[in-house]
Amino acid sequence: MLACRDVAELISRSMDTSIPIGKWIGVRVHLLMCKFCARYERQLLLVRETLRRLVAEEHRHEGPAGETLSEVERERIKKSLRNP
Amino acid sequence: MTKAVAVDPADWVDRYGDYLFRYAMLRLRDRSASEDLVQETFLAALKNRDSFSGGSSEATWLIGILKHKIADHFRRQSREVSLPGGDLPDPSGDDPFDAAGRWSNGPADWGGNPADLFRQKEFVQQMAKCLSGLPPNQANAFTLREIEGADTKEICKVLNVTETNLWVILHRARMFLRRCLESSWFDRTGRKGS
Repeated sequence: MLACRDVAELISRSMDTSIPIGKWIGVRVHLLMCKFCARYERQLLLVRETLRRLVAEEHRHEGPAGETLSEVERERIKKSLRNP
Repeated sequence: MTKAVAVDPADWVDRYGDYLFRYAMLRLRDRSASEDLVQETFLAALKNRDSFSGGSSEATWLIGILKHKIADHFRRQSREVSLPGGDLPDPSGDDPFDAAGRWSNGPADWGGNPADLFRQKEFVQQMAKCLSGLPPNQANAFTLREIEGADTKEICKVLNVTETNLWVILHRARMFLRRCLESSWFDRTGRKGS
């Protein structure tokens, strides 16, 4: 029987690689019975999904505006491009 | 076809500077490092202008150069870190599991409609703040995996760790970040449920 500690580790690993079928079944059975581990998996996947959407928006230049180059830095870079 | 020859490269800075900067900031979380990489990207682009085929957009071309610079930056950082991240003690300190391996401090219900998370500008800032609480190797591994979408073999090469080591690093990073987001974001917005 897998402990929550092992299940948490396997949930993470299964997001990066395929885990052995026996372990996978163990995890799925555990998740049916354990609300904390089920939540843990849902939240990790939500964070992944959220970051993917942010990156997709970013590529369409629609990302959350905010951070910009400072005026000083912008001028410094321009200067370096004119006299490389 | 020679394209954009007449363009003053300094125009690039106005057109793409902030875009590249934001791209770098999201991944490096370090203002001066991001500024340096943006400058290096433009200089490299200037030097290799002839190699720009016009097959992709200028923005895509520049991002491609920046990506390489970011990977180099991570590579350098992983050499500077003397301990491989996987062997580091868990930075979160307090273990969320009891002696039997059960949650002693289980994940809270995030409630509301968490799918809206990505619309919230503050989420990015909170994420960046939480990432900077991690040792560099863990933060970089997580960034490469979840923001860059790199596969684990690539990440192992960049960070110079084994695959088994990387799984441990990513597991710890996710464990820490989830908890950090929960305590700083969901508590603050009063969304925490039972």
